Amino acid sequence: MMNFNLKRKGKFYRSAAILTVLVCLVMVMAFGLNTTHHVASSTTPLIIKKDSLASVKAFKEVYRVLKSPRCMNCHPSGDIPLQGDDSHLHTMSPKRGVEGKGLFAMKCANCHQPQNAPGVHTPPGNPNWHLPPADMKMVFQGKTPYQLAKQLVNPKQNGNKNMQQLIEHADDGLVLSGWNPGEGRTLPPISHAEFKKAWITWIKTGAYAPKK
Amino acid sequence: MFFTMISLNINQKLYEVDADPEMPLLWVIRDLVGLTGTKYGCGVAQCGACVVHLNGEAVRSCITKVSRASGQKITTIEGLSKDNDHPLQLAWNEENVPQCGYCHSGQIMSAAVLLRENPTPTDEDINNAMAGNICRCGTYPRIRKAIHLAAEMQKKKGAEK
Repeated sequence: MMNFNLKRKGKFYRSAAILTVLVCLVMVMAFGLNTTHHVASSTTPLIIKKDSLASVKAFKEVYRVLKSPRCMNCHPSGDIPLQGDDSHLHTMSPKRGVEGKGLFAMKCANCHQPQNAPGVHTPPGNPNWHLPPADMKMVFQGKTPYQLAKQLVNPKQNGNKNMQQLIEHADDGLVLSGWNPGEGRTLPPISHAEFKKAWITWIKTGAYAPKK
Repeated sequence: MFFTMISLNINQKLYEVDADPEMPLLWVIRDLVGLTGTKYGCGVAQCGACVVHLNGEAVRSCITKVSRASGQKITTIEGLSKDNDHPLQLAWNEENVPQCGYCHSGQIMSAAVLLRENPTPTDEDINNAMAGNICRCGTYPRIRKAIHLAAEMQKKKGAEK
């Protein structure tokens, strides 16, 4: 009988121990998830101070940059990237592919290295070189200021970004590479600092679209 | 410029080369390791003659720094198969594809990635995969034919297993 009780007690303690471990694991996971969420939203809350005139004025500068070859060449209306200051179709006609990273033997990173290659007419580089993916092409080419402004603030068309993430996107590595295009390529019409200022101003004043 | 010892895994064989990390992988493969099947064409990633596989991807070795390939898996035309019996190599022979032959190691290495990712390519798939490999002799129709044949061979080989 005593032996039986000991066995029962042992079983009870073992079950309790397993339960405790499980509870702890759930708490740790929940805490971990919560921490991640907290980190993601730890930036200063975005304060919008609506001013349609200032917003539209700032977007004019933004639009000039986005339509420059350094930005637009990787936001084509078709599935082939553009090239050069005249934004012609990329030689060799590499295709977008599902993820925007090319197809088969013609993937972006096969030629585009993590850094710019030295010399004129050599491939510019970035560790994350790609086009927008096939399911969200984020086209700049051929878009009017009105269309582009509307597209940029629509999470269904801008890569699922909210306003805060849009602001952060100004410092994205691939965006920054527009100002480090490699030899022989023109820069966007204004500096990155000026662009960032206009970009943030546009968003923080309400991200108004210019008239159609 | 400084030289340093770099470990390379080429065709499943380990090599230690004393090279400038900025040196193009093609230089290392040809001049330091001595595998000359891969060719120099344009030197600016425009022609495809220098294609090798880096972790299975068809990179252009003329523009790829050797430092990018350090510790990675590199396959050259010499390592595509043990006895030159990759379906593409057999099909290339069968169809007498090359004329001067200079670009064909690059052509075959690009086609190998296509067949691995798409075992039954259409003409359009072949266009999409091979558009970056230029052939001065214009052997494109035979290249296309050989890729289709290799796809058949690969399918048969798979069925036999």
